[in-house]
Amino acid sequence: MTDVRIAGVGMTPFGRHTERTGRDLFAEATARAFTDAGVSREAVEEVFFGNFMGEFAETQGHQGPLAAEMAGVQAPATRLDSACASSGAAVRYGVERIRAGADVVLVGGAERMNNLSTAGTTEALAAAADALWEVRAGLTFPGAYSLMANRYFERFGGDREDLAHISVKNHANAVENDLAQYQHTLTVEEVLNATTISSPFGLYDCSPISDGASAAVLVSESFAAAHNLDAPVRITGTGQGSDTFALQDRESMVRTPAAERAGDAAFAEAGIGPDDVDIAEVHDCFTVAEVLALEALGFYDPGEAIGAARRGETTVDGRLPVNLSGGLKAKGHPVGATGCAQISELTKLLRGDHVNSDVVPDAEVGITHNAGGTVASCVVHVLEVDG
Amino acid sequence: MTRDVGFDDFLDAVEAGDPQYLVDNDGRTHLPPMPYDPATGEKGLTERPVPEPGEILTHTTTQIATPQFEDDTPYVTAVASFGPVDITGQLRDISPENVEIGQAVTLGVERSETRDERVLVFYPA
Repeated sequence: MTDVRIAGVGMTPFGRHTERTGRDLFAEATARAFTDAGVSREAVEEVFFGNFMGEFAETQGHQGPLAAEMAGVQAPATRLDSACASSGAAVRYGVERIRAGADVVLVGGAERMNNLSTAGTTEALAAAADALWEVRAGLTFPGAYSLMANRYFERFGGDREDLAHISVKNHANAVENDLAQYQHTLTVEEVLNATTISSPFGLYDCSPISDGASAAVLVSESFAAAHNLDAPVRITGTGQGSDTFALQDRESMVRTPAAERAGDAAFAEAGIGPDDVDIAEVHDCFTVAEVLALEALGFYDPGEAIGAARRGETTVDGRLPVNLSGGLKAKGHPVGATGCAQISELTKLLRGDHVNSDVVPDAEVGITHNAGGTVASCVVHVLEVDG
Repeated sequence: MTRDVGFDDFLDAVEAGDPQYLVDNDGRTHLPPMPYDPATGEKGLTERPVPEPGEILTHTTTQIATPQFEDDTPYVTAVASFGPVDITGQLRDISPENVEIGQAVTLGVERSETRDERVLVFYPA
C-alpha cells in the first residue's frame, strides 16, 4: 500500500464572509494549496469536495464539478455530504483513490453560512439530525449535544465549569492564528455567564457560524519522489465509522462508537496507538464534543476526559495538546470545510510552519477527528512527519 | 403538512392511546417507520404496546430554535425511556426549572405555537 503524502494545504481565513460565495471561498483555498504544493493543476486526476448545506444557503447543489472548475481542474469531481464530516470524508476518499493507483488528488470543502439568519442556519444544521424523531420535536444541534452533555453529567459527573475550560483553552490557542475566526481569549467566568443557547450550553460552549474553505493536494509516494516535492507529512491511517442516526436509538448517549470504530481503523492502519500521538485536532463543535472525542479515540477512559482541559492535560504545555489551531470553537466551523481544515492545520503544525508549531517542536504524530451530526458519522486520520 | 408514513401513524396511535413499538426477529426494538427487519429483510415486525409511564433520561431547554419553533421558545426537549424504547419529545405542563432526570412522564401530542404542527410531547405522570 503506497504512502499518501500531503503535498500542499490551503485555507481561507474562517470567519464572517457574508457576501462571499462558497465557490469564491474554495477558489482561494485551492489556489493556496496548489501554491503550497508546487504541483500543477493539470496533474490532478480526481477531486473530492465536501459541502453540507449548499442547497439551504446558496440554492446550489451538484457542487462537485463546480468545485473543480473553481480550482482550475479538469478531472472527475464528486461532492461528499457527511454533515460536518463532509471534507473529512473527502480527504478519506482522496487517500483511498491514491492507494488505488492515482498520483494526484485534490480534496477539500467549503461552506457559506452567514448569509442565512441565525434561525435559518439553525434549521440548515438541524438537517443533519433525524427529521422525524428529533427535528419535529424541536431539537436543534446545540440541543442535541446538550442532551448528550446532561446525560454525561448524570452518568459520570462533571459540570459546566469543566466544559468552560475547553472553550478557554481553544480560544487561547487561536490568539496568534490569523486563519481563526476568533483571535481573543475568554475567561471561565465569561463562558459561564454567556447567554444560554440550549442548557447547559451558553454561547461560548458552541462553535460559531462560519464561512470558509479548505483544500489539500494529496500525492503518491512515487509522484512526490519523481517531482522532488517537499512533502514531509504522510497520511498513514484513515478510518470512518457510522452509528445509529437518532440519539434515542443509541445504546448510550455518552459514547460515540462511530468515532471509536474510525479511530480503531486509523490506528490499525498506521500501526500505532493513542500513546504514540503527540497532538490532536478534534471536532469540538460544542465543548462536550471534545470530551467525547478524546474518550472515543482512547486517550481517556469513559468518564475521564471531562476534566482534561481543567487539569491542564490538553493545553499547550499538557501531555496531549488538543486543538492547537483553536479548534472549531475559535478557529471557526464552516461545516463542509472543517475536516480538511483540520488536515491543513495539523500538516502545518507537524511541518513546523504553523504559528503554534513552536510549542510542539518535537511532535511527529498527529490525529484528526471529524464528526458528522451527533457523531452518527466520523472520520479519523493519522498524520506523521518524516523524522 | 404532508404525512410521513410510520411517524404520523405513531402520533395517531399516541392520540388514540395505543402507541406501538416494533420488535424484530432478533428481539431488537425499533420505532416506526421500520417496514423491514434490518437483519433479515423480512417484512412485518411484531408490534408491542409502548409501556407508560416513561422516565426522563436527559433534557435541555432550548432558547434559540429553528424557524419551525421560534415562537415556542423556551421549550424543553427530552429523551425519555419507555421500557424497551427511548423516545424524544417536548415536555409540557411543567416549568423548565422544575424538570428532573428520572421524572415519570406519559406520551401525548400537541400542536406547536409557531406553525400549528403536531409535536410529540411528554406530560408529567
